Amino acid sequence: MALKIVKGSIDRMFDKNLQDLVRGIRNHKEDEAKYISTCIDEIKQELKQDNIAVKANAVCKLTYLQMLGYDVSWAAFNIVEVMSSSKFTFKRIGYLAASQCFHEGTDVIMLTTNQIRKDLSSPNQYDTGVALTGLSCFVTPDLARDLANDIMTLMSHTKPYIRKKAVLIMYKVFLKYPESLRPAFPRLKEKLEDPDPGVQSAAVNVICELARRNPKNYLSLAPLFFKLMTSSTNNWVLIKIIKLFGALTPLEPRLGKKLIEPLTNLIHSTSAMSLLYECVNTVIAVLISLSSGMPNHSASIQLCVQKLRILIEDSDQNCEPSVNACMKYLGLLAMSKILKTHPKSVQSHKDLILQCLDDKDESIRLRALDLLYGMVSKKNLMEIVKKLMLHVDKAEGTTYRDELLTKIIDICSQSNYQYITNFEWYISILVELTRLEGTRHGHLIASQMLDVAIRVKAIRGFAVAQMATLLDNAHLLTGNTQRNGICEVLYAAAWICGEFSEHLEDPKQTLEAMLRPKVATLPGHIQAVYVQNAAKLFATVLRSQESTPDTTAAQETSQLMIDRLPLFVQSANLEVQERASCILQLVKYIQKLQQKEVEVAEEVTALFAGELNPVAPKAQKKVPIPDGLDLDAWINEPPSESESEDEKPKAVFAKEEPKHTRSRHSEVDEKELARRREARKQEQANNPFYIKASPSSQKVYQDTPGVEHIPVVQIDLSVPLKVPGMPLSDQYLKMEEDRRQKEKDEKKKKEKKRKREKRARGRHVDSGPESEEDITPAHHVDIVTEEMPENALPSDEDEKDPNDPHKALDIDLDKPLTDSEKLPTRTHRSADVLKSPGGDGDGVSITGEPKKKTRKEKKEKKKAKDKERTRSAEDKKTKKKHKHDPEEEEANIHEVVTLVKADETQSTEPLPPSVSAGASDLDFWLTSDAAPSAIQEAVAATNTEMPTDADLGEVKDMEPEETKSKHKKKKLKKEKEEMEKKKKKKRHHHHRSDRGEAESVQNGTMEEDDEEPLPPMSNYCLLAENAYVKMVYDIQGNLQDGSQVVVSIIFQNMSSSFLKSMEFNVLDSLNSKLQRPEGATPHDGLTVPFQLPPGVSNEARFVFSVQSIVMPQKLKGTLTFIVKSDDSSTHEKLDFKLHFTCTSYLITTPCYSDAYAKLLESGELKSSSLKLEGVTMPFHHLLARICFHHHFSVVERIDSCASMYSRSIQGHHVCLLVKTAAETVSIDAKCDELMLLENVLEEIKQTFSQS
Amino acid sequence: MIKAILIFNNHGKPRLSKFYEHYSEDTEQQIIRETFHLVSKRDENVCNFLEGGILIGGSDNKLIYRHYATLYFVFCVDSSESELGILDLIQVFVETLDKCFENVCELDLIFHVDKVHYILGEMVMGGMVLETNMNEIITQVDSQNKMEKSEYPATAQGFIPTWLLFKAGQPDAQKVSVLLVLLEPLLVLYQQ
Repeated sequence: MALKIVKGSIDRMFDKNLQDLVRGIRNHKEDEAKYISTCIDEIKQELKQDNIAVKANAVCKLTYLQMLGYDVSWAAFNIVEVMSSSKFTFKRIGYLAASQCFHEGTDVIMLTTNQIRKDLSSPNQYDTGVALTGLSCFVTPDLARDLANDIMTLMSHTKPYIRKKAVLIMYKVFLKYPESLRPAFPRLKEKLEDPDPGVQSAAVNVICELARRNPKNYLSLAPLFFKLMTSSTNNWVLIKIIKLFGALTPLEPRLGKKLIEPLTNLIHSTSAMSLLYECVNTVIAVLISLSSGMPNHSASIQLCVQKLRILIEDSDQNCEPSVNACMKYLGLLAMSKILKTHPKSVQSHKDLILQCLDDKDESIRLRALDLLYGMVSKKNLMEIVKKLMLHVDKAEGTTYRDELLTKIIDICSQSNYQYITNFEWYISILVELTRLEGTRHGHLIASQMLDVAIRVKAIRGFAVAQMATLLDNAHLLTGNTQRNGICEVLYAAAWICGEFSEHLEDPKQTLEAMLRPKVATLPGHIQAVYVQNAAKLFATVLRSQESTPDTTAAQETSQLMIDRLPLFVQSANLEVQERASCILQLVKYIQKLQQKEVEVAEEVTALFAGELNPVAPKAQKKVPIPDGLDLDAWINEPPSESESEDEKPKAVFAKEEPKHTRSRHSEVDEKELARRREARKQEQANNPFYIKASPSSQKVYQDTPGVEHIPVVQIDLSVPLKVPGMPLSDQYLKMEEDRRQKEKDEKKKKEKKRKREKRARGRHVDSGPESEEDITPAHHVDIVTEEMPENALPSDEDEKDPNDPHKALDIDLDKPLTDSEKLPTRTHRSADVLKSPGGDGDGVSITGEPKKKTRKEKKEKKKAKDKERTRSAEDKKTKKKHKHDPEEEEANIHEVVTLVKADETQSTEPLPPSVSAGASDLDFWLTSDAAPSAIQEAVAATNTEMPTDADLGEVKDMEPEETKSKHKKKKLKKEKEEMEKKKKKKRHHHHRSDRGEAESVQNGTMEEDDEEPLPPMSNYCLLAENAYVKMVYDIQGNLQDGSQVVVSIIFQNMSSSFLKSMEFNVLDSLNSKLQRPEGATPHDGLTVPFQLPPGVSNEARFVFSVQSIVMPQKLKGTLTFIVKSDDSSTHEKLDFKLHFTCTSYLITTPCYSDAYAKLLESGELKSSSLKLEGVTMPFHHLLARICFHHHFSVVERIDSCASMYSRSIQGHHVCLLVKTAAETVSIDAKCDELMLLENVLEEIKQTFSQS
Repeated sequence: MIKAILIFNNHGKPRLSKFYEHYSEDTEQQIIRETFHLVSKRDENVCNFLEGGILIGGSDNKLIYRHYATLYFVFCVDSSESELGILDLIQVFVETLDKCFENVCELDLIFHVDKVHYILGEMVMGGMVLETNMNEIITQVDSQNKMEKSEYPATAQGFIPTWLLFKAGQPDAQKVSVLLVLLEPLLVLYQQ
C-alpha cells in the first residue's frame, strides 16, 4: 500500500503543471495539435488519480486548453470534484474552471447546489468569495432558485467583501429567477446606503442595470439616488447614477428640472472626463425630456452643443492622440442624441461633421454618418450623397461600405423621401449602388427600388427603363457566381419591368433577357419572380403585336415562351416549378388559340389587370379584431388529430411571394375570374375592414383625392436613358444645380422687381441665402403612402423581443409583497432568516399563524407586515418628510391591530394603499422646489417640536392632520407594549401548532401527497430584549473548522429612536471564546457593523471557537449601544446569556444507507436510548422536527421507523433509530461520544416536551 | 454589462478570454479572431472605441480596447457602461497586473493566466464591475495568495503550484524540494 503511494507520488512529480504545458505548447509550434492531444491524454490519466492535488493540477491545465478552444466539457464532473475540495487552493482552481466552461446545459451543475451552499456559508470569506465569483458565471434558473435565499442572507454579511459580491450576484439571480426580485429588493435598496463604498457601488450597479431595462418601476427610487448623487464622491458610482437618471428623465419631466442644477455643478467641478461626459449626456436627456420650445432650454441645448463641439474639434496637446480621438467619437455620439429632438441646433455644425466624414478613423466616420441623417435638407441632399458615393468607392472594408450604403438609403428615404427633389437622380444612385461587390444589402436596394417605383407614379417610366437595362446586364451582377446579396436587385428589376411593362420601350427584348438560360442559376425566389413577370411581359408584348396586322410576330413570341419555360419547369425549386408549369400550359393554350387566329391579348392582359398599392408592414397586425369574433374558436369541428400534418405549405407561399397574391387564380377560366373579381369588389366595398384603395395618406397629402386620380406628370427625359454602367447621378446633380440656378435667377429677377417696389416704400430687404422652401422639386411628385387599416390600433408594442430575459423583470416593486412571494428557503434555515433581516418589524414572533384566523385577516396582516418591510429601508428618508407620517402611522397602527387581533373595531380602518404612498412620496419630492437642504431644515424643525407636542397631548394650533398622527403615535406605543406581551403568549401557542415539516423534500420523507403542509419553523430563539432592542439568535456549526461555531444574531430595534455604536461582548470561558480581530484583548467587544433606524432589524454573525463540544454551556454577554433620539442620546446596555446546546455543534450531513450500515456494524459506537410518551404528531412531522431543530438527516424511512444521521463539527457520528407506536416514540441512538449523545437526546426530549 | 474581456497579443494569440455569456468553444475562438481582426488593423492614434463585431452582441455593443506594447486588452460592453469609465478600468487592470507581477510583460500572462483570472475576478464579477480601487484589489488578491501559501508551505506537500511563487523561485530549486517531499513516504517505509 505504502509502496503504491510512493510510486504514485513519484509519477506525479513528472506530471506537467500549467507552466510546463504552456512551455511545451510553445516548443511544439509545428505539431501543436498533436502535442495537445497527448497532453489531454495525460490529463485524463491524472484525473483518474485519487489525489486531489493531481486532479486540481489537471483541471488547471484544462482551463488553459479551454481558452485555446478545446472542448473540456467531458471533465465537468472532475471540475466539480476539485470545486468541493476543502483546500482553498484547489477550490479556487475548480471554481475558475467551472466559470470558464459551465453553462446552463451542463448537467453536473445540478450536483453543485449543496457544495455551493456550503461554500457560501463558509466562515472563510474567500471560500465564499470564490464561490460567488464562480456562481456569477454559471448560475442557472435552478441554482438561482435554490440559492437565492442564501445569497440574500449574505447581503448582510459582516464582511464588506462578501456583501458587495452578494449584492452584485443578485442581478444574475434576478435574471434567472425573476420571482426573487420582489422579496430581495428591499434589502438591495438598503445596500444603497451601506457604509462601505464598495457595497454601495455594487448596489447602485445592480439597480442601474435593472432600471435600464424597466425604468418606470424604479422611478420611486429617484429621491434616494438624488441624495447619493449629491453626496457620493466615487466617480464610478456617480457615472452609474447619472446614466440611470438619463433613463428616468423621459418618464418624469419634473425630475429633469431638479437635476439640471446639480449636474451643471458637477460639470463645472469635476476633473474626470468620463464623469463630465456622462453629465453632459444626461443634461441632454433632461433637456430633451423637458418640453422643448421654452426659450431658456433651447439656450441650454446650445450650450451643450457648444461643449460637444469643443470636444470634437479640440485636440489637447497633452493627451495621447487616441484619447483625443475618443473624445471626438463621444462628442459625435452625444450630438446624435441631440439631433433626434433638436436637429436645428446640430445643423449649424454641419461643417464640423462633414469634416469628420473624412477622418481616418472608421469609428468616427461611422458616428459622423449617423449625424448626417439629420444634416440633410432638400438643398444639400445631392451634394452629401455625392460625397458619400465617393467614400463608397474608396472604402476598402465591406463593413464600413455596407454601413455607408444603408446610410445613403436611410438618408434619402427618410420621412417619405421628403428631401428628394429629383427621383431620376435617386433611381440612378440606386442603380449605381448595385455595382458594389459583395455587399450584404442587395435586398435593401431592391426594396428601395420597388418602393420608389410603386409609390412615385411619375418615375415609373424612368425606373422601368433603368430596370430593363439592369436585366439586360444581369450578367454583370451575377458574374462572379453567387455573389450573395446583390442579385436580390434583379428580383426588384424583374418585378418592376413586369408590373409596369406598359412603360417599356422594347418589351420583347426584356422578355428575352428574362428568359435567358443563365437565369436558372439565380436563387429560387428570384427565378419565381422572373417566371411570373415574364408572363406579364408576355401579355404586354402580345397586345402590342396583335395591334399590328402581322400575326406571325405574336406567334413567335408564344413560341419563345414555350421554348424557354421548360427550363424552369425542371427547376428544383417548387415555387418556380409550379409557376413555370402553370404558365407554360397557359401559353400552350394561347398558342392553340392563336393558330385558330383568335385574338387573345385582351384576355391575357386581363389576368394581370389592377393596381397594386403599398401596404404598411404592420398593417395586417393592426387590424382590430371586431367584437364578437373569436379567432381561437373552431370554425368547423376540430379534425381528428391524425390529419393535422398538412397545414404547412401555406407558409412557403406566403414567404416567397409577398406581392403577387393576385396570380394565384391565373389558371382559372377567364369568365369565372371576372365574375369572382366582381364579387370580390362588391364584398370589399361592403366590408368595413378591408384595406381600401384610397389611402389614409390623404390627410398628409391634401391635394390627392385618391390614388386613381393622381395626375401622372409627363417627364421630360432630357438625359439618354440607356447608358449601361455609367454613373448617371453626377449628371443629374449637375442638371439639378443648373435648374436651381435658373430658378434662382428667375426668383432674383422677381426679387429685384419686388425690391425695387419695396425700396420705393423705403425698406431694404436682403435676399439672403437660399432657404429650404425656395427649392422646388424637379417634377411634381405624388407619393403614395403606405396603407393602414382605417381603425388601426395606435399602440406599437411589437418591437419588444419576447425572448429578452429582462422582460421578465418588469415587475412592480412598490406593491407590497404577498404571502406567496417568499423565496424558497432551505427549510431548516426557515423563512425567518429571510424575513427578519429584511427589516420586518416582527419577523421572528410571527412565524406561523394560528389556523383559527380567517383568511381575510391573514391577508391583511401580511400586507401590513410586508408594507413595513418594503418601507423600512426608506425609513431614514421618510423621517424627513413628516407630512406623510399620518399614512405611515396608520399603517403601523393597522399592523398592530391585526396582530393583536382582539380589537375588532379598529381593524375596519382602511389600509392605505402603499403604492399611492410611494407615489405621493415621489410627488412630494418632485414638487418641492426648495433646495433639499431647506427641506431638511424644515423637517428638523418639526422634529424638535414633536416630542413636546406629543407630551402635551392636544395642541390645537397644529395642522389637524399632524395632530392626529401624534395621537396615533402615542396610542401606538401603548399598543405595542401590549402587543409584545401577546406576542410572547402567541409564540408558545405557536410552537404547538407549528409542526414543522421542513427537510421533507430533501430527506425524502414527503412521499405521500396527502401529508399536510406545515407552517415554517424557526431555530431562532430569543436571546434578550428590552425596550430598545431585541436579539434573537441561532447557532450553527462550521464544517470547515472543527473548533468553530457561528452565532447569527438578529438585532431588532424596538424603539422609535436610532440605535448606533452597538458593541457586542461576551465573557469568554475556558472552553468557548469569541473570535476577536487580531490584537484585541479578551475584554474588547466587537462592533456590530450596522446601525439600526427605528423598527429595522439586521443580522450579524459572530464566530466562536470551542474546544470541547460534548457538554452544553452558557456564556454571559453584554450588548452596549447608544440610543439617539431627536434631542438626546443615551448609553444603554442589555445583558444576555448565550446558550450553546450540543445540538448546535451538529451539522446536517447526508449519509447513504450502506455507509450508515457500515458505521453501525463497526462497533465503535456507544449507545443510549430515549422514550417519549404522548407524542401525537404524525411521524413525518416528528422526523422533520428532529431534522430541523437538531440538524439530523433521514437516512432511510420504512413505515413508522426511520434511521437518522448527523455529524458534529469535530467529526463525531450520531445515529438515531426512531420508532413510533401508539403515541410512544422510542429513539435508540449511537454515537462515539456518550456524553455528547446523552446531551443531544436530552435536548430532543426537551423539544418535544415543549410542544 | 461587460459581455466579454479578451487579451491577445499582436498576432492574435489569446492570452486570456473571459466571456460573461455562454458561447461554444468554436464561437469563442471565432469571436477572438474577429475581434483581433477588427482591432489590429486600426492605427495607433485612432479612438479606442469600436462598434461590436457581428458575432458578439449586436448594435448595442461596443468594443473598448487599449493597446499596450505587445498586448491588446479588449472589453466588449453594452450601452449601460460608460466608455471612458471602461477605458479607465482597463488602465486600473493593467496597473494592478503590473503591481502583482512586478513589471508585467506578456510572458507573465502566458504562464500565469490563472493568476490573471483571479485578479480579474476581484475587479469584474459576472460582467459587472466589482471594484475599481486598485489598492483594495491588490489587498484581496494578496491575502488570498497568503492563504494558499499557508495551505501549501513550499516544503509541506507533494505538489506545488509554481505560480504561487511566481517571479520568486527558480523552477529547479522547486523541483528539488518537491523531490525531497515525495521521497518522504519512502523514508517512512524504510524506518518501519
